Formats: sequence, structure tokens, C-alpha cells
Amino acid sequence: MSESAFMGFVHRRRRGAELFLLVLSLVVGVGAYACVGIGTEGKVPTDIIRYGGWLTLLIVACHVTIRLTAPYADPVLLPVVSALNGLGLAMIHRIDHARNTDYASSQLLWMTLGVVLFIGVLWLLRDHRRLQAYTYTSGLAAIVLLLLPLVPGVGREVLGARIWIQVGGLSFQPGEVAKLLLVVAFAGYLVVHRDALALAGRHVLFVDLPRGRDLGPILVMWLISLGVLVFQNDLGSSLLFFGLFLVMLYVATERPGWLVVGTAMFIGGAYAGYLAVAHVRVRVEGWLDPFGHASAAFQLIQGMYGMAWGGLVGRGLGEGSPYLTPLSWSDFILPSFGEELGLTGVMAIILLYALIVERALRTALVCRDAFGKLLAVGLGVVFALQVFVVIGGVTRLIPLTGLTTPFLSAGGSSLVANWAIIALLLRVSDHARRPPPEMLAAESDDADATQVVSLR
Amino acid sequence: MNKPIRNLSVFCMVLFLLLLANATFLQYWQADTLSSLSAHPDNRRIRDLQFSRERGAILVDGKAIAQSVKSKDRYDYQREYPQGREYAQITGYFSRDYGEGGIEATQDAILSGSDSRLFVRRVIDLVGNAETRGGNVSLTINAKAQDAAYNGLRKLGNNVQGAVVAIEPSTGKILAMVSNPGYDPNVLASHDFAAAGKAKEKLQQAKLQPMLNRAIGLRLPPGSTFKVVTTSAALKAGRTPSSKVPGGRSLDLPLTTKNLQNENGESCGGDKITLTRALEVSCNVAYGWLGLKLGQDKLRDEAEDYGFNKRWFTDLDDDTNRQATSVFPSDLDKPQTALSAIGQFDVAATPLQMATVVAGVANHGTVMKPYLVDEVQSPDLEPLDKTEPQTLTKDAISPADAAELTDMMVDVVDKGTGTTAQIPGMKVAGKTGTAQSAPNRPPYAWFVSFAPADDPKVAVAVLVQDAGVDRDEISGSGLAAPIAKAVMEAVAGQ
Repeated sequence: MSESAFMGFVHRRRRGAELFLLVLSLVVGVGAYACVGIGTEGKVPTDIIRYGGWLTLLIVACHVTIRLTAPYADPVLLPVVSALNGLGLAMIHRIDHARNTDYASSQLLWMTLGVVLFIGVLWLLRDHRRLQAYTYTSGLAAIVLLLLPLVPGVGREVLGARIWIQVGGLSFQPGEVAKLLLVVAFAGYLVVHRDALALAGRHVLFVDLPRGRDLGPILVMWLISLGVLVFQNDLGSSLLFFGLFLVMLYVATERPGWLVVGTAMFIGGAYAGYLAVAHVRVRVEGWLDPFGHASAAFQLIQGMYGMAWGGLVGRGLGEGSPYLTPLSWSDFILPSFGEELGLTGVMAIILLYALIVERALRTALVCRDAFGKLLAVGLGVVFALQVFVVIGGVTRLIPLTGLTTPFLSAGGSSLVANWAIIALLLRVSDHARRPPPEMLAAESDDADATQVVSLR
Repeated sequence: MNKPIRNLSVFCMVLFLLLLANATFLQYWQADTLSSLSAHPDNRRIRDLQFSRERGAILVDGKAIAQSVKSKDRYDYQREYPQGREYAQITGYFSRDYGEGGIEATQDAILSGSDSRLFVRRVIDLVGNAETRGGNVSLTINAKAQDAAYNGLRKLGNNVQGAVVAIEPSTGKILAMVSNPGYDPNVLASHDFAAAGKAKEKLQQAKLQPMLNRAIGLRLPPGSTFKVVTTSAALKAGRTPSSKVPGGRSLDLPLTTKNLQNENGESCGGDKITLTRALEVSCNVAYGWLGLKLGQDKLRDEAEDYGFNKRWFTDLDDDTNRQATSVFPSDLDKPQTALSAIGQFDVAATPLQMATVVAGVANHGTVMKPYLVDEVQSPDLEPLDKTEPQTLTKDAISPADAAELTDMMVDVVDKGTGTTAQIPGMKVAGKTGTAQSAPNRPPYAWFVSFAPADDPKVAVAVLVQDAGVDRDEISGSGLAAPIAKAVMEAVAGQ
């Protein structure tokens, strides 16, 4: 982990660039909102000033917070998130208009909550390494959250998946928050135990397999994931949690052997799930031959029709019929974009997600402490996997699973959790890009060594 | 830890590239297939679009029998059928949830504007930023003949089961095609989809099968009208109108203990009668004997020359209706051959087939292929494509034999069983038929004819399957001939 190449390089703050990109992102978000009005009613929505103003206020608040609390943070993340969130709001509003629902206002409310949390995280958490103290707390909390939907009276089953809790009138998907807590727990755990886990065991072909006695943690995680699959019928989250753990384990230990073991376990688990869980079988069959299972794969087929109908440039916002697809405002919001903004719009959205992941991984690369590295990798990978699983699912690349599309889908828990993830990423990246005081002192000490000291 | 992170970056990049490639596959390569109604009829986006589009009109004598009119609801246009019931079996219907029928289905490409013949038109519309409009389809139907046929059938009662087909002998143009009971296609085209769905369900379950186009889809024993075919075969085999045939009370059928009787059980006017006389009184004994003499092969060949055992009419092929193949069976024994010669046993014909038979006789023995679509036109009524008449069989009988057969059929109307079809001042050639399909149900009344006999302008076949009248009142002459007369007057009287 020699960072000598970076030693002479000082990151600039680039807050001005961020502001410029933010203006662009607001043009996209508010512009999309205006287009929806023109497409559906033939005129710019009357509340465009109020809506645009509120959105601008939220984004400016984020920007100011970053300037004050994380001046060296990555300048691209917030604009990308702002653009995605704005697009999502516009599309939800567009579907609302066709279906006479009002998800957009609650989504704006949730976004506000998300922004408050974002600002809160940046203000209160001045050093991400403090999270390491909560390794087991957050791990425990994550497991409790995952178990909550199974508690009678609190849990609620929606569309075959038992991943919701309802308290009073508020419903919440605890899995969304759990994934954030899991990243913290994994990072904290692995940073301490990575040396032991990295010890090589048997050598098979070209890889060193891990030692049998170190298989404990991965087995536990595997069982938890299987539990999520079997008891909650949630294929997406199951895959997400296990994939996340596997990747973080690999990064922490630098042992590809873990990937071999993990992939084998995953395939075994997935096959067992396929055999044991009817819900999974239905999804796989609908994926292999959607038109042969027209009623089970109705959603998928409708989404595909919508995307095909959108073609290269789309029907235009408000000019298509995305509302024909069930859940076109949440799980299937991407096909809605495909229909109205075309392949062009879908590619832009996928690239925006890719940018978030790229920024997260870049942060991990330049980060000087192992915990921060793992945190950034974990957050980036959670994002990449989630985007892949949900977009791949609705475009029939892989079997359909119920995950939300980050920042686009209507859904409070997901939105709030993702804003918190971005806040954490910015915190780590601020730390990573900030010129280290040691550099000024021109100490020849290894960066790693100083950090190990600071951990204990 | 940076090496795994770099590997991971590559992995993530691959994931995103997969997503991009898959989206491209879906929205570019697969887009056309997924958006094609023929491959995916359940694609509501495309159906909604087509449903909303200004569709071309279906024209009869320049007047629309199906047209799109501006609509104020969420679809821009409403399909309208001004004379819905009268033309229902021809126009078919245009519904959002139940597809299309009739001409709406077979000419969909032109009517919806997607036909390649409208390509230039579409480009112009695209450049001019105008909505795509569909072309028009002009039919061969003669409005007066259609009215006469429709009113004639309906006069027997709204629930009478029957069909009328009229053909222009020289070209094969279908001048009238009516099937009763019918339905109102406006109900199916309604934007009240729940009501349209209920109506469709009711129509499909109705006992009288109102959605069946009996003119092309119902196959029944043609009875004595088939004697026209048998006579053709006999003339071809060298007999003449004055050839003598047995005309006694009954004919002993070989291999059985049964005898073939005449319809009224009487003799046909002597032990030996002329062929002309035999046709005039529709003598079963004579024709059964003729059938035995000619043999099944000659009869079948003649029937096939007139279009039996083949499917040649596709202008109305849709999900529920298509031309039923008229049948002259094979591998007959002798009694079966005798019965087949008088249009019984397993011989079965559609009204369209019987109209084609007499149209062939009227056209001096050459059978023209019947057709319904006369011309397709651009949205601005410029002609794009006109159907050329086609010959189905050249000289099914020779012109000389056809002339003799015509004279014989004129005698049938002048002084035989078909007097009810007489038209003052015009020579009419015709043949009645009363056929039995099963002993326990009422027989069918047929009448086939053409007029004027010396210069035929129209050939008609009328089938009354069930008029709800008493058994002894059922006859081709009583029920069917007056309708044929009205249709012939409507065309030839012009």
C-alpha cells in the first residue's frame, strides 16, 4: 500500500467545480420537472418555482455543509446524486399524474429528510474512523433490523417479500439501512482480522485457498444471507449482503482464494434457494422465458415493452405510457426512463451510477487508512451491486429481484439511506484528499504505520 | 489493499458495461420485435397508439362503411360504422382489447398506414410533422345489392340464420355479402372497454353465433343447387339438354335396400324425361341415376373446377372467420355417389361457393376468382393498387355447354321450381335447393341464380339455414328465391 506516488500530490478542493456541476444538475432535475408538465398538460407546472426553489435550497444546503465541514471532499458525488434525485422526482411526478397518486410530494419530503441526515452526518461525524468503535454495535443493529420484518405485528409482506416493517402509519424497509450498517461492521471487523484471514491454506491450481479454521465469518454471513432469502423471500438483498461481504473480504485480505470459496458458496446457496423457495423459481422461470410465463412475468414484459417503445431517444417526458408497467414509479422506474428518455437517457443514468462507484473506489484508492479504504470500497460496492441487480433485473439481464433503484425509486427508506451513504463517502473522501499534516513535517514514516498507531 | 481495489474497479466496469450492452440490446436490437403487434399482441402501448391513430376508411361506392372520427377522450379517434349491422361481416371490427376482424384485420397495414405502399406518404408526413394517416380500402360491394340482400334476409326475422352472396360473373367482384344474425361492430370499437369486453363475450357465447360469417364460414349440404354442377359434368360428358334420363318414382340404389325418392315422392313426369325437364322439376331420381352413370371422379373433377376442395378466398381471413373449404368427398361407393350427385351425403358448400358455381356458368363456363377488395387508396384517395380479376378455372364447362345449361336454368325459373325468382322483362336463370343435414332438424333452403340470363351482371346464392318456420314451408323457392330476386333486381335493374 505504498502511497509514495501520492505523497507529492496535493488534492485541490474543487468546490467551485462542484457548484458549477450542481447548477447543471439542477437544470436537469428542474428541467425534467418542467418537461413533465409540458408533456402531460401542455404547460409548465404552476408550482415549478416552489418545487425548483425547494430542490435548489436542499442542494445548496448540502453544498454549503460540504464547504464548511468537508472542504476537500470529492466534487462530483453531490452533483451526480442531485441530478439522479431530481430525475427521479420528475419521473415519479409524471407517473403520479397518470395514476392520480401523490408519491412525488412524499418523495420530496423523504429527500428533505435524507438531506437533513446528510448534513447531520457531515456535521457530527468529523472523522470516519470514529465509526470503527461501533463495529459490533452496527453489526448487531444490522441483524436486528434484518430480523424486524419477521416479527409478527411489525413486519409486513409486500409482493411476496417480507422486507417491510410498519409502525403506526409509517412503513420502512430496514434492509436499506442495514446495508449501511453492515458496511461499517464489515470494515471494522476486517481491518482488525485481515491479517489472520489472509493466511494461506491449501494451494489449489493457481490460488491459495483460505484455511479451514478461518471460514467462520464467511459461513456466518452466508447463513445470514440464506436466511434473508428463505425467510424474507428477498433474493436481491441476500445477493447484495453476501456479495458485499465477499468483496470486502477480498480487498482486506488481498486473497483471491476468498472469492473462489465465496463464489462456490454463493452458487451452492443460490441453487439451493432455487430449489427450496418457490418465489425464486418463479423469478428465474420468468427471466428465462418471460413470454412463456406471461402472467408471472407481467411486470418484466411490460417494462421491456416500454423500453423497446422508447427506442433510442424515447417518447419524451410525459409522452409515453410508463404507467402501464406495475411499480413504474419504484422498482421499475428505470424502464419508465427507458420509455420516455430512450436508450440515451438510460445510458446517461447508468453512467451516473458508474460515476458514483468510480468516485467511491477512487476514494478508497487514495485513502490513507485501512478502515477508510474498506468503508469506501464497501459503500461503492454496495452501490454497484445494487444498481447491477436492480437494473439488470428490470432489463432482463439477470432474474428480477426486488431492490430499489438508488435515488430514483419512490421509497423513503432507500432514499434516506442512500443520502447517508453519500455523506459517509464524502467524509472519507474529504479525509483522503486532505493534505496530510505529516507531509508538511516531511516525516519519512510509512503512512500505514501511523495509521495503525491511530487505531489502537 | 490497492491491487484488489483496482481489480474490483475493473469488475465494476464490466458490470456497468453489461448493463449498457443489455440496454442497447433491448432498446435497439430488440425494439422492433417487441413493438410489433404480430409478435406481441399484448403490447398495449402499440395497441393504444394504433387505436388512437386516424385510420383509413372502408368504402362502398365511395361512401364510408367504416371511418375514424375525431374523439374527445384520451384517444384521438373513434372508429365508427355508420351501417354497422349490415356490413359487420365485411368490415369486421376494430377494438382495443380484442384485436380486429374482417377487412379491418386483413387490410390493417393499409388502414393503419404501415403498408409499404404508403411509405412515401409516411416520409412526407414525417417531414411535415403530420400524424401518420391510414389509406382507404374500396370494396367491390354494390350498396344497392347489399341493401337488398340484407333487407331480404331481415324480412324473414331478425334471428333468421342465413347468408347471401352476390358476384359479378365477368370479374368475380363480390357485390353483396350478408350473414344473419349479425352484430354491431360499433359496440366492440367503443372506448368504453368494459362494455366492449362484455359485448364481445356475449357475442362469442351467443347460441346463434352472430360473429360467424355464414357466407364464407358455414358449410352445409347444397342440396339440389348442386345439380347445376352435376348437369355441367353431364354436358361435359356428352349429354345434351334433350338427352333422356329416367324420371320415375324411385331409383334403386345399388348395394342397399333403400331407394332414392323424389322430394314429393311423385314421379318426375314419366319414366323417361329430358335432362331439361329433370332440372326444371329437380328430379332426384334422374340426377341420382346421372351420378351413377358419370361416376364419382367426373363429379368431383367438375366440382373442383368450380372451386370445391380448395381454399381461394382470403380477403376476410381473421381469428374467427375464414373461408371454409367446400367439400366434394372422395372414396365414395355407388349409393354415396348417387346421393352426392344431388348435393346430399357429405357434399358441403358455403354460400360463397354456390355463388361462384353459378357465376361460372353465367360467365360462359369460366370461373372467376371472387374478391372483395377492389382498390387500396392513399389517405387522399389517390389509387395505389387495383385488384385485377383472376381466373379460378378456365372453361369449367365449354361456352356452348354453358349456354345450354343457362337455358335449362332459365326454364327452372320460367316454369319449374324457381318461379318465385321471376323478374318481369328479364330472363333469369336459377336453381332451388332444399337440403337435409340430419333427419331431426329442419332442412336448409337454397337458391342460386343469375340475371339477365343473356348478359349476366350478377350471380347470387342465398342460404336460409333456419328461419324458424314450419317444416313444410321451408323451400328454396319460398324462402330464398325472393331474396335472390331482390338482389338481382338491385344490380341488373340499374
